[in-house]
Amino acid sequence: MAEKSKYTKRSDGRKIEELRPIKAEVGIVPSADGSAMYESGNTRAIAVVRGPRTLHPQHMQNPQKGTLRVNYGMMSFSVWDRIKPGPSRRSQEINKVIEWALAPCIDLAEFPNSVVDVFIQIPQADAGTRVAGINAAAMALAHAGIPMKQMASAVAVGKMDKTLVVDVDKEEEDFEEGEGATDIPLCILSRTQEISLLQLDGKISPEELKEVISMGRKACAEILKIQTAALKKAKDVRGIEK
Amino acid sequence: MVKVEKNEDNSEMNAQGRQMVVPGETIVSGEHFLPGEGAYRDGDEIVAGRFGLADVSDKFVKVIPVSGVYQARRGNSIIATVVDVTFNGWLLDFGGAQNAFLSINEVPKFINKNELREHFDFGDSVACKVWDVKARGIDVSVKMRGYGKIEGGMIVTVNPHKVPRVIGKEGSMVSLIKNATGCNITVGQNGRIWVSGNSIDDEIKTKKIIEFICDNSITHGLTEKVEAFIKTLK
Amino acid sequence: MSGEKIIPNLQKERIIEYIGEKKRFDGRKLDEYREIEVKMGISNNAESSCSVKFGKTEVYAGVKLLPSVPYPDSQDEGTFMTSAELSPMSSEDFDLGPPKIDAIELARIIDRGIRESGFIDFKKLCIKEGEKVWQVFLDIVTINDDGNLMDVAGLAAIIALGNAKMPVYDAETNKVGHELSKTHLPVEKDAMAFSMTFHKIDGTIVVDPTKEEEDISDLRLTVAVADDGKGKPRITAMQKGKEGTVSEKDLAEILDLIEHKWKEMFPKVSKFVWGK
Repeated sequence: MAEKSKYTKRSDGRKIEELRPIKAEVGIVPSADGSAMYESGNTRAIAVVRGPRTLHPQHMQNPQKGTLRVNYGMMSFSVWDRIKPGPSRRSQEINKVIEWALAPCIDLAEFPNSVVDVFIQIPQADAGTRVAGINAAAMALAHAGIPMKQMASAVAVGKMDKTLVVDVDKEEEDFEEGEGATDIPLCILSRTQEISLLQLDGKISPEELKEVISMGRKACAEILKIQTAALKKAKDVRGIEK
Repeated sequence: MVKVEKNEDNSEMNAQGRQMVVPGETIVSGEHFLPGEGAYRDGDEIVAGRFGLADVSDKFVKVIPVSGVYQARRGNSIIATVVDVTFNGWLLDFGGAQNAFLSINEVPKFINKNELREHFDFGDSVACKVWDVKARGIDVSVKMRGYGKIEGGMIVTVNPHKVPRVIGKEGSMVSLIKNATGCNITVGQNGRIWVSGNSIDDEIKTKKIIEFICDNSITHGLTEKVEAFIKTLK
Repeated sequence: MSGEKIIPNLQKERIIEYIGEKKRFDGRKLDEYREIEVKMGISNNAESSCSVKFGKTEVYAGVKLLPSVPYPDSQDEGTFMTSAELSPMSSEDFDLGPPKIDAIELARIIDRGIRESGFIDFKKLCIKEGEKVWQVFLDIVTINDDGNLMDVAGLAAIIALGNAKMPVYDAETNKVGHELSKTHLPVEKDAMAFSMTFHKIDGTIVVDPTKEEEDISDLRLTVAVADDGKGKPRITAMQKGKEGTVSEKDLAEILDLIEHKWKEMFPKVSKFVWGK
């Protein structure tokens, strides 16, 4: 080992591979077909699933299988610097990468011409909103009874100067010393252990990346346990409405 | 009246040792097991292909859904609402992924194509039988006795996966409610229940009992609990 | 999801019949609100935020403050902007896309109710006359729609505003710090108005409708009401919605209801907003 990393202690005192405190709850929006909340430290995501239902307009329908459509949005007051409401280039890209992260889990062959809508909202953000969104969405999809081969769990691994850490928060994301901060959100599928989301902003060596993935897998296994427990605790799914 | 059909799933759920499983979870291991609905094989293991209750009977393993949108099956009795009138039939909403189609050929009498709305108009509720499930949607019929337009009363909407609990063993739960409230009850497998009684108060009472059953569906001794609940309503 | 929503005729008939007997499906009286539940601190990055539930209807509201330039016609006053999102998360009736008329109307009604009541002291939001003032952003997001979003959002709005704190601001460097001060957003407690929406269903007036009641109502009348300083209600904003019309009898009935519901609700609302 050459130089020592300038990142020696995590801002909130966590261990290198320690996740922030997690809360998860299934069945939070009564009118939905499936819904869930996932909270990691100060980042909270809520996800709602509606469908399968007929996809409009008709020309967008796929006669071979159903379509998964993700809509991710941060509430204006979720971050310190207010965000203008409505879609942005960022949110549209996130919609797509979350769709790709979740699509390998689900099987919509039985629902041609239909759409399964996943709505993700972030009321409070402290980094890692897309991975929190995926964790909530996977629970909400299961809750909605969608045929799924496996679950999906996601976490952002970071590199602070030369130190690899799990579940990056905002303060870490903004770390600027040495090699600065590198953010690697990733999603692991519960059964095949394959990676369905992989993004990286920063700089990293191939060896380090291997380590990142292995740390990510371990963290996702923990997250999966929490998602599973929350789903099994869901007393009712679509109780009585109206 | 639509006959209450005997349901395949009318036993105490947890009493049978069924486990809640999440997608991707291994249910059993062993080559002699066969995956049924909602389950699949991965090597030696039978894995949950959806969230629900794992049911292992003999060598068949399936996952009974506990949530989600109603999926129509051939032979199901459902209650649907007319949302469109076409030149040769009606489009009905039944709370599923698509609409159902009721053709004029599936009505037990001759219908003049100019008079479709006189038979079933927008917003009318129809008890019908699913006779075909296709990729494009489902076809329904009201040709058989007991099916057709329903009038009066109210519709109580519940999670379709709770319908077996509302029906009870060989219709025991429905009978219990009928005796308590004097209402007629027609259960659509899509979770819409038609309740019709002598007074709206009786119907509301029925609605409350049905809601109670759904809220307490995964518990032991549901019948006793419902009986106790009915007493509190008097 | 597409086009006009169709409500089963028999359901509609039963609701009407029952309301005719002055009864409602969920056992409430015609002028009875559902249980109200308030949770503060939905976002720790907001100057204030809350979740408000009436029964199963849930709405989030959050307040953010930013230094901005004043309007030309009020050089020494802060500015105020309300946005509402009828999220497709909250109902199958709401679609994706830019705000539709329903969301715009909701935001405008809430905006007017607050602005016209004089609840926010805009003069105190002036940083430097003609140059710099605080802009108050009120954002509303629906989470679950089971009717009466108007009143739920209206209550969430005044709770969020009434509890907002000013961000730390250094006038010399003109910088807003990344934290809140102890100073409250300048609000005029006595001017607080809250909205009450009345629906007419087959000639009968009801408050706080569920979604199935709302879907069949002919008329909606939203009234923002404040205290006139003598313990009597003062109307600060109104909006009639839907195609139904208000008869003289309806108006008399609604005015009566305003008087007695306001007396009952005002202390409750005050408690939600001020905690006492």
